Amino acid sequence: MTENELLTRISEVQFVCVELNLYLDTHPQDADARSDYYSYSKLLGDLIAEYENEYGPLMGFGHSPVSNGCWVCSDWPWEKE
Amino acid sequence: MWIYQKKLEFPISITNPDLGVAKALMAQYGGPDSELGAAMRYLTQRFSMPDDSLRATLNDIGTEEMAHWEMIGTMIVQSMNGASAAELADAGLAGYYTMHGRAVFPADPNGVPFTASYIQATGDPVADIAEDMAAEQKARATYEHIMNLTTNEQYLAPLRFLREREIVHFQRFSECWNILMELYPDGDQNKRCR
Repeated sequence: MTENELLTRISEVQFVCVELNLYLDTHPQDADARSDYYSYSKLLGDLIAEYENEYGPLMGFGHSPVSNGCWVCSDWPWEKE
Repeated sequence: MWIYQKKLEFPISITNPDLGVAKALMAQYGGPDSELGAAMRYLTQRFSMPDDSLRATLNDIGTEEMAHWEMIGTMIVQSMNGASAAELADAGLAGYYTMHGRAVFPADPNGVPFTASYIQATGDPVADIAEDMAAEQKARATYEHIMNLTTNEQYLAPLRFLREREIVHFQRFSECWNILMELYPDGDQNKRCR
């Protein structure tokens, strides 16, 4: 996948996680939603790791343990047109 | 604490800018029903919420609002980048340009700067959650007004996404309201005092 395709895929899976997270905030006992949240969270982690290994850190403060790429030098989201 | 992720929640690329829309978008960057107001309102109210679900909902929706605030700022800056002073003036942004250049500043389309008086934290969960439900509907109405001002798909796609989020957040806050009604079936939320 190209960088943009991978970012789009991350955003799609992350959106599922955001939705399930908010739903679980008011339905914490829903076992199906918890199971979905768990599997999509794992998928999101895998996609982020794939992105970071290829293109560099997506997160600061120690949450992107990769030695390639550059937090400072990569584009900020509003610079991508 | 928060961890920043160097990406937008929804992709934005404004290559065909419309300064009139950029001006309208300032309603959601620094207006009374803006994403900034939403984030501050929820992240502040969560400290005095009496229930786990309510604290979690305010924390997590407040966090998502910060990502929406970033999306609005991105649309505004990508719209103003490269615009001449004359073009900004023609779009009704002469006053804005005089004070802020092409920077992104939290003011509404009429230039009124953001203020904390746009939000409340009463310490009364019923009053606060009712405010939050109203805030989501006011933000939805504002998005619809902005969308009525343009046919440009580069703005409409992220605006459709953001409008839909207001609806989902309203649903979650409605559930919070129902949780509160179960917590205080006699309507006296002040009994929570401890």
